Amino acid sequence: MNAIIISALMGVLLMFTSILTTNKQVIKNIALIALLFLLTANIVDTYNLFSINIDTKGMLAFNKFGYFFNTLAIAATTIFVILSGNEIVKTGNYAADYFALIFFVLCGVSILSSFNNLLMMFLGVEIMSIPLYILTGSAKKNLKSNEASLKYFLMGAFSTGIMLMGITFLYGASGSFDIQALKLTDNELSFTKVMPTPLLEIIGLLFVFASMLFKVSAAPFHFWAPDVYDGAPSAFASFMATIVKAAGFIALINLFFLKAVELHYLWKMVTALVIIATLVIGNITAVFQQSVKRMLAYSSIAHAGFMMFALYAQNDYAKEGILIYTAAYCLATIGLFAILAKMDDYTLDGYNGMAKTQPLLAFANVVFLLSLAGIPLTVGFFAKYYMLAAVLKNGGNIGLFLTILGVVFAAVSVYYYFRVIQAMYFKDGDAKVADVTTGFKLGLILTIIAIIFFGIFPNVLLGWFYF
Amino acid sequence: MPIQYYIYLALALFSIGIIGVLTRRNAIIVFMCIELMLNAANLLLVAFSQMHQKIAYAANPAATNGIEAQLFVFFIMVVAAAEVSVGLAIIVMLYRNTRSVDINFLNRLKN
Repeated sequence: MNAIIISALMGVLLMFTSILTTNKQVIKNIALIALLFLLTANIVDTYNLFSINIDTKGMLAFNKFGYFFNTLAIAATTIFVILSGNEIVKTGNYAADYFALIFFVLCGVSILSSFNNLLMMFLGVEIMSIPLYILTGSAKKNLKSNEASLKYFLMGAFSTGIMLMGITFLYGASGSFDIQALKLTDNELSFTKVMPTPLLEIIGLLFVFASMLFKVSAAPFHFWAPDVYDGAPSAFASFMATIVKAAGFIALINLFFLKAVELHYLWKMVTALVIIATLVIGNITAVFQQSVKRMLAYSSIAHAGFMMFALYAQNDYAKEGILIYTAAYCLATIGLFAILAKMDDYTLDGYNGMAKTQPLLAFANVVFLLSLAGIPLTVGFFAKYYMLAAVLKNGGNIGLFLTILGVVFAAVSVYYYFRVIQAMYFKDGDAKVADVTTGFKLGLILTIIAIIFFGIFPNVLLGWFYF
Repeated sequence: MPIQYYIYLALALFSIGIIGVLTRRNAIIVFMCIELMLNAANLLLVAFSQMHQKIAYAANPAATNGIEAQLFVFFIMVVAAAEVSVGLAIIVMLYRNTRSVDINFLNRLKN
């Protein structure tokens, strides 16, 4: 409960900071302190030392999984603010408001990691999405940002409508918004006793599933993602592509597997089809991109496919896997976007010869790209390993096929990630990078150390989960 | 009235909304169609609430089943209002920059 309440309070606090000071550095530092406070509050809550308790009548249920995910999300946001804080305040004149909106998103994220009721899921998704519409359009004079904002908003509101209709159907079929009451497991796709046909809940579940796929930008509902990530200011694009996407997966997992028993076979088939489509579309399209920002957008779709493996496997491995994947993916993508935001030219040619002008930044890029590609000694390797192992453990021909497909597309992804490395190290040119501060460099080194440390000792991360 | 009628009405409204979103080019009309979809869900929620209330009442006159759906409707209204305020602001921002609210404009900017 701490994370939900305190993140909302911190959001309000930051809104009021803009009255007291207009100094952007001060505002950024206040946001950082608030984030650290939020992180502490959440960890204290995890160990049951101090927690704010409000009787939600069972609408929210807290468990270690949710707490740990909150910790990851808040820690990733802290790293995001350390690395991209200067870009955030430079986006427009309302620095304090951007941070306030980020805190409101975190409030939605912590609701999504603990909901036990469809009402809370709906509210969590909305609290998370509405600030993002504003953040996407925060570069008010930039037409691309405007376009991305309107597109994201219309698509997001459309998917909200679909989710609401799905929730309504589920309610009609089961008579309750409680997730436990849905019982998604009966043999004939059905969990109803009130309505004459199970049609209502099949449609309802499909609608909710589709709208959640939309939020995590999995195929066939991925079409908005490249345009929106491309148009949004780089700093906020990295926030949307990492923490928000991971929160969408936590919501899906909360809904479909932590609190319900195993899914019916046919639903698993649907999930498998979505995984295949997402992997194919994300990876193949990423190969043809010339702009690194757009390539990262497509690679984020591809990673959504990998994270869907957890939803297919539904076992303990998958549970651990999604947490490691969140950590790996967030660290690497936040770092890549932070460096991208400093670049003059977002195309591949813009990275030419970066190793000579900015050796540290180039090296950081290499580590992040290796982690995304899943090369051993980086945490990205274990993230992919856990996902594939989870599906293999489940057995079955489809599981085997998905694993092979996952490995093949991991190899494809190496191609487009390594093109950036090639441009930085083996091509001549002078990559134009804005001046970087010492704080930024320290943040990058911290992120690199985290990626390599967790890549060698992933059990530290998991040991924390199972303390 | 049988619940089917409400389902058909809500589905009709919902489909009109979806078709509107997919075919209309004016951002504000698209937005209105989205509101129509939300309100179809509202209507159906209230109808289902009544249905479950009646079923529960037959077994136990003191039952309070069905109330939560009516509460849900209020939450949807609040969220829809928040969405309207953000959405209209975005549309106004776009209008200021381009003097148009046509969403075909968005495709022109692609790449």
